[in-house]
Formats: sequence, C-alpha cells, structure tokens
Amino acid sequence: MAISADPLNLIICGVGGQGNILLSGMVGSAYIKKGGFATIGETFGAAQRGGAVFSSVRVSQKREYGPLMPEGRAHLIIGLEPLETLRMVQKYANPDTVCISNTYPVVPAGVAANRDVYPELDELKDAITTLTRKSWFLDATGIALELGAPIAMNIVMIGAVLGTEQLTLTVDDIQAQLQASLPPDRLELNYDALSRGMKAVA
Amino acid sequence: MPNLAKLPTGSYHLLQGNEAIARGALEAGVQYCAAYPGTPSTEILTNFAAVAKEAGLHAEWSSNEKVATEAALAAAYAGLRSISSMKNAGLNVAMDTLQHINLATLGDQNGAMLVVVADDPQSHASGDEEDTRWVAQMANAPLLEPSSFQEAYEMTKYLFDLSEEFQIFCWLRDYTRLAHARGRVQVGEYRKAERQAKYDRTKMFTPYIAPPKHAILVEKMAKIRERFEESPFNSYEGPDSPELLIVCCGSGAPCSRDAVEELNLGDRVGILKLGTLWPFPSRLVVSHIRNAKRVLVVEEVDPYVETHAKAAVADARLADVPEILGKGSGHFSYVGENNPDRVISALCQIFDMDYQARDPEYQAKLDEITARMVVNRGLIWCAGCPHRASFYSISNAIKRDGRNAVVTSDIGCYTMDAFPDGTQVTNTLHCMGGGLGEACGFGQLEQFGFEQPVIGICGDSTFFHASITPLVNAIYNKANMVAIILDNSITAMTGFQPHAGTGRMATQEPTAIVSAEELCRTLGCRVEVVDAFDTKTSTAKLLDLMKDEGGVKVLILRHACELQRMREERRHPYTVWVETEKCKGDKCSFCYRILQCPGIGYDQVTGKAKILEALCAECGLCADLCPSKAIVKEERA
Repeated sequence: MAISADPLNLIICGVGGQGNILLSGMVGSAYIKKGGFATIGETFGAAQRGGAVFSSVRVSQKREYGPLMPEGRAHLIIGLEPLETLRMVQKYANPDTVCISNTYPVVPAGVAANRDVYPELDELKDAITTLTRKSWFLDATGIALELGAPIAMNIVMIGAVLGTEQLTLTVDDIQAQLQASLPPDRLELNYDALSRGMKAVA
Repeated sequence: MPNLAKLPTGSYHLLQGNEAIARGALEAGVQYCAAYPGTPSTEILTNFAAVAKEAGLHAEWSSNEKVATEAALAAAYAGLRSISSMKNAGLNVAMDTLQHINLATLGDQNGAMLVVVADDPQSHASGDEEDTRWVAQMANAPLLEPSSFQEAYEMTKYLFDLSEEFQIFCWLRDYTRLAHARGRVQVGEYRKAERQAKYDRTKMFTPYIAPPKHAILVEKMAKIRERFEESPFNSYEGPDSPELLIVCCGSGAPCSRDAVEELNLGDRVGILKLGTLWPFPSRLVVSHIRNAKRVLVVEEVDPYVETHAKAAVADARLADVPEILGKGSGHFSYVGENNPDRVISALCQIFDMDYQARDPEYQAKLDEITARMVVNRGLIWCAGCPHRASFYSISNAIKRDGRNAVVTSDIGCYTMDAFPDGTQVTNTLHCMGGGLGEACGFGQLEQFGFEQPVIGICGDSTFFHASITPLVNAIYNKANMVAIILDNSITAMTGFQPHAGTGRMATQEPTAIVSAEELCRTLGCRVEVVDAFDTKTSTAKLLDLMKDEGGVKVLILRHACELQRMREERRHPYTVWVETEKCKGDKCSFCYRILQCPGIGYDQVTGKAKILEALCAECGLCADLCPSKAIVKEERA
C-alpha cells in the first residue's frame, strides 16, 4: 500500500552522473501534474560529478515545503548506489522508512585506491534492511547493461519504485514524464527499462 | 529543461529557481541576456539561449561577468530590458561596473536592467560562502530575495518594472537552495517583446560628477524604502503577540515553517518573512518586533538582517526592547547553509524543549552500523577526463625537473587536483585568472633569491575570462614562468557551455574561433600545443619549458572533455582490458592508487586491477601508463 504521509518525504541518492536529477524531476513533475505541491532540493554541477549526491523531494497537498527535510524524516529512500543508500539511511531514515536500492557498487576513489574498504554487498544489504521497515534490492545497473544502456539504470530504478507500490504514482504518470523529457527514439528502451525494474521487485 | 517560452498562461510547472527567474524575465519582456557560467547561476542564461530564436532574444555567454554586465547596461541604455546573471564570485568581477551604474542611471530610453547574483552558502560549488547582500547597499541597488519558486518568478517581473521606473538597475539575490532546487510555479502570460533599440547621441550617462548624482540616488532609495515598507513580498504568519518572532528571509522561511510545524509551535511562534532586503523595511520590522517577547533572526551566512533589525530597533528607541537572537547570540552559525534542523535546534534551545529526530535505541544502532560501513566519497575527475592525464604529466615533469616548481592554479574541473583525491601538485588556488596572476608574482622573485620554476595553470574558458591580462602583465614585467592552458574545449565544470575558443555561441550558432595559441604567439610567447593524452610529449615539453629562461612560455594541453566528446561521438575510442596474469596488484597499484580513475579499481577477489565496466570510458590512459603493460587498449573498428 502506498505511503499516506503529508508531507511525503523522499530521498533519491546516488553518485553524481547516475541520473538523480532526471528521476527527482520526473517524480516531482508527476505529483504537480496530479495537483499538489512538490519541492526538490539537490545540488549539482561538475563539482558534484562522481561525488555523493542526493535529491530531497517533498510532496504535499497542504502547502509548499522547503527543499530540505529534517533529519530522520524520510518515508522512502531510493538509492541508485548501495553505499549512498546507506549514507542517506544514516541521515534521513527512521524505523518506519522504506528503501529501494540498486546493488551495483560505484567504488569511491579511496576504495579503488585500496585505502578504504567498500563494505561487502551482503553486509550493506543487511545494514539497510536492519535500519528500515522494509527494503527492496535489485541490480538495476546489471539490468540496464543487459538492455545495452547503462544510462537507463535510473529508469530501471523508478520502475522498481512503481513495482513496490509505495507511491501513488502509476506507470502512466512516469511514461508521460518520459515522453515529455526524452526524444521519441529513446522511449521504447526506457519503457522497457521501466517494466524490467517493476518485474525485478515483483 | 522545459521550453520556457511555451508554458501556457496560468499553468503549473515544476521549475528550478533559475528557470522561474528566466520565465519571469521573459514575461517581463527581457530581450538582452548576458552571463558567464557559474554554479549555481548558470541555468538562467542557458534557458534564455534555448529559446533565444523563438523569443527574439539576444543571449550570450560573455567572456566574463564584467563584460556581461556592461553589455547588459548598453542594452538598457538603448531602451531594452536586459539581464546579467552571475554567481557570487562573478559579482566581484562585475563590481567595478555595478558600483557606477545607479549613479549614472540607465539613461532616458525607458530601458531596465536586472542583475541576478546567486550565492552559494555551504560552498557546494564555490571557493567561499560570500554573502553578497551587503553589496547591494554599497551599490545603491534595490535588493529582493525570494523564499519560494513562485516568488522568484514574481520578484523578477516586479524588479524589471521598478528598474524602469527609477532608471537604476535592480538586484535579485538567488542562492543554491533556490537556484538549484525545484518547486511549483504558476506562470502568467508571455508575449514576445518587440522593443527597438535606440540611443539619443546628445545625452551622456556617467557617474561623474558623483556627489550631486549620489544625492539624487539617495533620494530614490528613500522612495523605494517607503515602497518596501508596504511590499507584499514581506509577510507575517502566526499569532498577534507571539512569544517568539522569527524574522527570516530566503531559505530561512521554509526552514522556519518546517521547524515550527515539526515542534508544534504554531500558537507561540510568528514568522515575519522579508523579501525586500535593501532598502531595509525598518518600520515594518520594528512594528512586528514591538509585539514580540523575543526575536530570532533566521538567515544564512552573515548576520545581514540581524544587523539591520538591531539598527532599526535602536533607531526606534523602543521602551521595552525584546532580545534579538541569531548569529550574535550563538543560536546560529555564521558558517554553512540553513536547514530545518538548525532552526529546530535553535527553537529547542529557546523554548527549552527536547527534540530527538529518532529514538535513542534506533539512533545508537544506526550510529554503530554506519560508523563501521559508510566510507567517504571524495571528488575526482571523471573516467576519461583529460585533466587526469595532464596532471600526471605535470607532476611527472616537476618530479623529474627536481627544482620544486611552484604551481598556481585556479577555477575549473582542474581545481579538483587540490582536493584530497587529486594529485595535489597544486600549491595555490583562488579565483578565475588567479593562477596566471600569482605566477606573475612568483615569476619575478628572482632578485630575492627565488630559484624554483613557476607554473601557472588556467583552463580554456578561464583563459578568456581573466587570464589574458595577467599573461600580458607577465610578458611586460619579464616574469619567468610557464603558463599551462588545460584546454578541454568547453566550459566543462558548469555544464558544457561554449566560449570564445570553441567556434560556437550560446545559441549554438557558429562564430569565429578566437585562438588562444595564436593570441599567445602574437603576444610574443613561445607556445607549445600537445594532446593531453600524449603524456610522454606533454612531460618532455613541460620539462623543456621549465628550463627555458626566456620569460613567459605557454603550454597548451588540449583534449576534449570526455563527457562532451561522448555526447557528440557516442562511442569509446578503445576497448580496454586487464591481462590479470601480468598485473602486479598491490605491489604496483599505479592505476588505481596513483591515477585514481573511477573506471579502474582494486579487485578484492583477484588482488589485481579490474576495469569497472559501467564506468570506464576506455580512454586508454591507464593502458599507456601501466608499468607492467598489463592493461591493453585496442582501437575500436
């Protein structure tokens, strides 16, 4: 059942360049189209590329909320990268938070250099599961690579979000957003990514 | 990015703060738009450029903010409505012009000019947290600060009218959590502006002679102050006599509302939101402070509103002065951006309340797990970035030269060299053009016994922005230095804007290419141009130039930004793989420890290097440099 909170606080996080901004924009626009308020807080620019990034999305029927939510107040965390998911759980989760995360790691420079240790994936998943009410995991990058378009990973992820039915948004809502933001020849691939994501959490 | 010229009247949209400003300007009839890219202000001009043709606009990426401001000023003199947008650091560049404009006025052709300055509290993408609000006062410019997306749009429209009425430029303060945040905006009617440009050549506009003109300007500001006392951009919500009055502006407004709601203090706390910051609406503020027991000012970085509020209260000689809390009292930090938690914490302190975001048991578990597992993610160049190759060559040449060369650098993606995950060959780093400017100085210290070679670094866009003047200075004053232009053929850091060296304008229209190397040669410099990925030649040339005592030498390391190249070519240049049996793993670790490319890492299973398929750009740099020849690149058919 969809989360009924107002304001609804969503976090979309990942690594700069993974497509946060497109996702948060689609979700925000879809809610505004349904007749409500949506506010998104995020930072971007090349200085964020490859760095930890997140979008805070706040949806309400009552009033316009600020772009940043208080700590510990996320209802849903959508993670495009598992370590970033945990980073946002650390800041914004509470025992009632639900979480949907990609499992494909993007290793930080310090890890690639073998200075820091990237946690084992199972450990990461356990940590996220322990700290949330319910969590779903999928290899969205793997699915996107299978589709021949690693860039479509974020669309696989929003497909997964639809699949979990935590939001009141429908496939039609997101497809309408894709139509508005992508050239027509990219639509089929992205619809495909959407449905692969939905199936991955079914 | 929505087409801002095509949003139907009355419709609701999710717009970025910068888009809301651009739409407001379009509705206000803006025709001339100029800017230099700078986070978080860039998208204002990007949006104008995108609709320039259909909306009949002039939209340009200027060489720097000062030129942009002067160009916009000329358009206003010619009777058009113009806009110059910039980031906080850009204001410093434009300031020489801005300080004069309102003394001189915008002329007599009913033009109007809006300056938008985007501050960056928390320095998300800036060298500092410069709070530019004070400067509006110095330049005698009316300053509005929006606290919502709708307001950003409405204030923009309002300021164009105010500018035209008083014939002075007006100022809109933008900031990261507005500029790069998005929210709901209902747009009004847009009609293509059709004003024709003209100038009465019998008229002169200049700040000279300043004192009488200053007197007129002071009178104008007094009139505007009266307007602002009554402005609907200032509003109050809450009880008639609140226990605590929050006075806030900008992002302080939503943060305050969210904090009051979170703590259920709606019956006890009132919120006075200010939109008109200069001239400061002192009477309005005093009239609210009078009814409150205590006052808390919520704003970012400097205590601007707090200072003016305290001054207003002092001027009003209130019998019973309520305590004014904020930065001065220690309830807020001078550092960083607003968020709801900061306001929550200040309110808890004031009302002696206990607030915990999460129950202690959960918090303890969270702390224990995350302390163990959450590792830092530092910023570093993209896979395939030519700067990685350039800085490899620069570090290598400096090491081989052995005379402790000093490297002065400036602002661009190459700034990341100075970050913890960069090569950190950079010694000083300040502002646009600062690399070459400081190199001028280091390059003239010989008489004081300074014998280290000097390398000044700039980017291609930075070269045109603020590096030509220091280069000329270096030549004129006989500095001994190597100027390196890291030419990735785009303004990459702010999102791939073209510049004078690219042959394309903001609207993508083709134009003349201003050649950096021809310019440098004409100035009399020895110039070498090398492909940045040819690290062998780059290193050799730099070594040679460092030894050349003949004044100013220029090395251009050229290779297109990988992200821009991929947008155009859509394919990797090579296929790259690791021959694991040849890789020496941690005994070498050159590729993953020294090069620090996101596309290659240490494989815990094999103990060897591993290409990270989803991230590797297959540029071949690691293959070129692998000491064991364990990484192989093969040209794609």
